[in-house]
Amino acid sequence: MRAVKFLAVAFLGSLFAAGAGAADEGTIQVSAKSFMFTPASITVKAGTTVTWVNLDDEPHTVFSDAGLFRSSALDTNERFSFKFEKAGTYHYLCTIHPRMLGTVVVE
Amino acid sequence: MSDDLLDSPGRRRALGCLAAGGAGTLFVLAGGIFTPLDLAAAAADPERTGRLGRPLFVQLSDTHIGFNKEANPDVNATLTRAIDLINAMPQAPALVIHTGDITHLSRPAEFDLAQQLFSRIKAGEMHTVPGEHDTSDATVSEYFSRFGKASNNKGYYSFDHAGVHFIALVNVLQFKPGGLGTLGADQLEWVEDDLKRRSASTPIVVFAHMPLWSVYEPWGWGTGDAPQLLAYLRRFGSVTVLNGHIHQIVQKVEGNVTFHTARSTAYPQPAAGVGEGPGPLKVPADQLAGVLGISRVSLARHPLALALTDRTLA
Repeated sequence: MRAVKFLAVAFLGSLFAAGAGAADEGTIQVSAKSFMFTPASITVKAGTTVTWVNLDDEPHTVFSDAGLFRSSALDTNERFSFKFEKAGTYHYLCTIHPRMLGTVVVE
Repeated sequence: MSDDLLDSPGRRRALGCLAAGGAGTLFVLAGGIFTPLDLAAAAADPERTGRLGRPLFVQLSDTHIGFNKEANPDVNATLTRAIDLINAMPQAPALVIHTGDITHLSRPAEFDLAQQLFSRIKAGEMHTVPGEHDTSDATVSEYFSRFGKASNNKGYYSFDHAGVHFIALVNVLQFKPGGLGTLGADQLEWVEDDLKRRSASTPIVVFAHMPLWSVYEPWGWGTGDAPQLLAYLRRFGSVTVLNGHIHQIVQKVEGNVTFHTARSTAYPQPAAGVGEGPGPLKVPADQLAGVLGISRVSLARHPLALALTDRTLA
């Protein structure tokens, strides 16, 4: 059941990533460093790709509360990207250290 | 402290081999009560170990296969040494319980290597629960495809051995912003039902990855809904609660419930609240033994309580 749910999420995610919706608005980087996402909150235009990079020795993940995206564990210097197509406020956390919280506001 | 196991020459040799990682914990059973012994200590003096009780199971934890950074560049070797200690025991333990973080990054090759290393363990059965490092693949499927059968892919299950009821729980699958582990309503309902059928005199062992009591909430070292679980356990005369996650020994006794957190075979972590977060603790090689430490456990009777004293390897 769980596997099916996450597969569905992954499928939706790929649809959004490949979506023909908003124009490409470039890439913004968020780092995971010292057990914090920096900047913890960003505001971007629809069509922006956000790339998270892990700068800690400890692995981190990027997990959308709403199930919109979920990275695998990112080792040091590894990256995960997601293109935000729709306006909204998206909260995320690291599943390994759930006190690490972040927000992407898409306008 | 007449049961001090630290001073035999054999133990010193064994500890010397383990300078890069904790070995594991042997739980001996006597009179329905478990006593935890440092695996290296137990292996160094099997005769004394036998006098303390029946060696029933070994707890391994936080093997983090795949970790290769400065805090321990060879986690395979430290796990192998722990396995060698298990295999050298005169009487093979009936069970080996792994309290999670088998792998570091949930990658297939890490799980494959871990299983290959575990296959050398001479024990009756191996039981596992996942840590958050084991469920950090995007599909949360690598752990369950290998270890999910015991729990029908739920992660939680129970079994009986030698009159002891064992309950494996999973507290790393639901994320609450802020960080504590969560068991969730479905699992708690299952535990309540599972325990209903047991007599209060049945020794109970509960194991999960994250601590089932609050060790340090700012770092998420606890489980938010564990008080409900503990309410179900209160009527039992002997309850042993095991976890890993924090890579150091912390112990608490609360009524008939004894809580133990285990060391990692891979690398140490800082004490609660020291530094920016619970990452690998890096120390100069010549100080590593002093930081890792070992613990001795001695047994006091009437009232029965376990006293645990830290001592470093240096």
